Amino acid sequence: MGRLIVCTLAASLALPFAAGRAAAKDTLTLGMVLEPPGLDPTAGAAAAIREVTYANIYEGLVRIDAQGKVRPALAASWTISPDGLAYTFHLHSGVRFHDGAPFDCSVVKFSYERALSPDSTNAQKGLFEPIAAVACPDATTAVVTLKRPTASFLFDMGWGDAVMLSPASIASDRTNPVGTGPFRFVRWVKGDRVELERFSGYWGQAPKLARVTFRFISDPSAAAAAVMAGDLDAFPNFPAPEVLDRLKADPRFSVVVGTTEGKTILALNNARKPFDDVRVRRALAMAIDRQGLIEGAMSGYGTPIGAHYVPTDPGYIDLVSKYPYNPEAAKKLLAEAGVKPGTTIEIKLPPPVYARRGGELIAAYLEQVGLKADLVPVEWAQWLEGPFRNGDYAATIISHTEPRDLDIFAREKYYFNYKSEAYRSLFAQYQAATDPTKQTELVGALQRQLADDEPVVFLFALAKVGVWNAKLRGMWINSPIPANDVTGVSWAE
Amino acid sequence: MARLLLTRFAALVATLLAASLVVFVVLDVLPGDPALLILGTGARPDTLAALRHQMGLDLPAWWRYLLWIGGILHGDWGVSATYGVPVGDLIAARALVSLPLAVLAIVLSTLLAIPMGVAAAARRGRALDVSLMSAAQIGVAVPNFWLGLLLILLFSVQLAWLPAGGFAGWDKGIGAALGSLLLPALALALPQAAILARVTRSAVLETLGQDYVRTALAKGLTGMAALWRHAVPNALIPVVTIIGMQFSFLLAGTVIIENVFTLPGLGRLIFQAIAQRDLVVVQDLVVLLAGSVIVVNFAVDLAYLWLDPRLTRGEG
Repeated sequence: MGRLIVCTLAASLALPFAAGRAAAKDTLTLGMVLEPPGLDPTAGAAAAIREVTYANIYEGLVRIDAQGKVRPALAASWTISPDGLAYTFHLHSGVRFHDGAPFDCSVVKFSYERALSPDSTNAQKGLFEPIAAVACPDATTAVVTLKRPTASFLFDMGWGDAVMLSPASIASDRTNPVGTGPFRFVRWVKGDRVELERFSGYWGQAPKLARVTFRFISDPSAAAAAVMAGDLDAFPNFPAPEVLDRLKADPRFSVVVGTTEGKTILALNNARKPFDDVRVRRALAMAIDRQGLIEGAMSGYGTPIGAHYVPTDPGYIDLVSKYPYNPEAAKKLLAEAGVKPGTTIEIKLPPPVYARRGGELIAAYLEQVGLKADLVPVEWAQWLEGPFRNGDYAATIISHTEPRDLDIFAREKYYFNYKSEAYRSLFAQYQAATDPTKQTELVGALQRQLADDEPVVFLFALAKVGVWNAKLRGMWINSPIPANDVTGVSWAE
Repeated sequence: MARLLLTRFAALVATLLAASLVVFVVLDVLPGDPALLILGTGARPDTLAALRHQMGLDLPAWWRYLLWIGGILHGDWGVSATYGVPVGDLIAARALVSLPLAVLAIVLSTLLAIPMGVAAAARRGRALDVSLMSAAQIGVAVPNFWLGLLLILLFSVQLAWLPAGGFAGWDKGIGAALGSLLLPALALALPQAAILARVTRSAVLETLGQDYVRTALAKGLTGMAALWRHAVPNALIPVVTIIGMQFSFLLAGTVIIENVFTLPGLGRLIFQAIAQRDLVVVQDLVVLLAGSVIVVNFAVDLAYLWLDPRLTRGEG
């Protein structure tokens, strides 16, 4: 049905446009598909929380920039001890929260200890797990000691889950967020929008925008209509790829295709037959034409991947051609593994388009190699409880959007049931490595090991298709971390 | 009358209790852990346990049910797990969109449908009847979300008269608020009006064939007078029944139109709350909606009494 609407919409775009409303020079209205469930990134995993608050309202010691690099934020600089165990952060002085409370080392200590406490509900508590202690030699110096060297630690502290909240506000940050960022929270009209305004007491460089409004529009055709009517200045993750060609042809808009960290996979339960056999998993990888899948399910937007890593990540190696599309070879391999033609594979499909449309295409590819797919649509809540928590699945399509999460394949208990001592040992070596060249080398080895074992079928990285007013400058093109950082956004004259 | 009120009130209480139990049990057995939804794929056993405890999900089901019902009896509708605000405030804000939208749609639909239906009945088989009923046929067939999109394309994208969706808010003035409700109300009203017009036509046709209308004509009334004084009033009972049903539907069954127009109404709230397992919001809404359907039905019953005094005598 959604498709029908979008087609109707696309057809009608052939008609001339009404003039869009003139935009004021220092306000921005931005569209998002999902409304955040609360505005506290330390108390929930939803990407939408970060897409409103990251870098805008809240800051951490370090931050991730548009290129995915770690940059100073509340820490002006830092040093790492040669053994990789002590991180000394030099904090900016004179920083205040939106509620007037001062930011200093005691807040760092409070925040990290809160994330680690037994009653912590931080959705990424694992990021903090290497921390042994936080010490405050003086107000603007924070010394974080680790239990063991952790190569990803600085990047991890740049996640939205590691931002600093005003300690007095933690009980109410979900509805009334208080951070140190260049924008302060104004109001949240539930079900409709969140409004921010420039924070005059910001410690760093003041943003050009005075007011920012995030509007939540879940229906793809409504999103397209709102962009075309000029109600929105930008839709950084535009949900209606069918109308993009029309928008590209319109000089009022910039259509920018970037990348995300969303690694879309056909997850396989390695504890279940026949997926315990590596030949079967490799056969499935050869049975699916990744580029065809991207064309058919994602309107052509997406990048094939060969391991759990995306091309913009540091140390990426291209393993896409490891299992080239070859139904005949796949059939042979399946026969070798003793999988009978006509075997049915149940694939659970959560709600996103990549899974529902992707599932139909994958079913067709599997049919070509003699397998039958039984597609079972599930709700998001059912997916989390069934396949994810209880491992109750044979196969499922899912996109893992956490950045650089090679660790999930090294976990003791994870829903893939991939148990490779070789991979775990490589991962431990990678985290322990303090030398950047050694780290890069090991990241390569991890990817190769994954491609070898193909515990899941690596399909493609989700694209970030952004549509915004052609006069807008400074929008993020890629999405190395879930965020709509508008601190550097401005209007061209 | 008193007996009617009393039985209605008893039915209200019984239905609400039954609805509360059913929705609670259904949500309880439904797969999907609200705490897991909040923590997502990074969830660990320890954080999950901590959050479940914080949300009170580790209590036995019967105890959670009693806490919920007890809270409502004290006027405390609970706190939304998604939004972190009292559910009462949340529902009140959404009702300020859904209720006016439903009223506007039902008024538009009634104003359109009754004249259409009566006119078609009065000119049965003639050109007017055929064209009106063909229009109604199209109206029934057209899905309201599609109509909504056409309205957006015409009035927002092409003419730029009205915003392409969203709700201005009552604080921006009645004009702006009604402006953002007008197109969705129209999109809801037209298909409803088409149904209502057909019902009106057949009801009026039936009364036109009754003896009392023939008598009225025989005693010298004009066709018009017989129609409006005798046929139409007697045809209103099925019409009012349909209006009541449509209104109940409009209170929360408009999720598709709310999505198309990005309106923060009750339909989207309940839809989101189910997807996000915001249990107390779903529970409260189901109970409130069950209650409002009963109230609407009661209003319809009162309308019957007013329309047909024989019913009152039958009661007494």
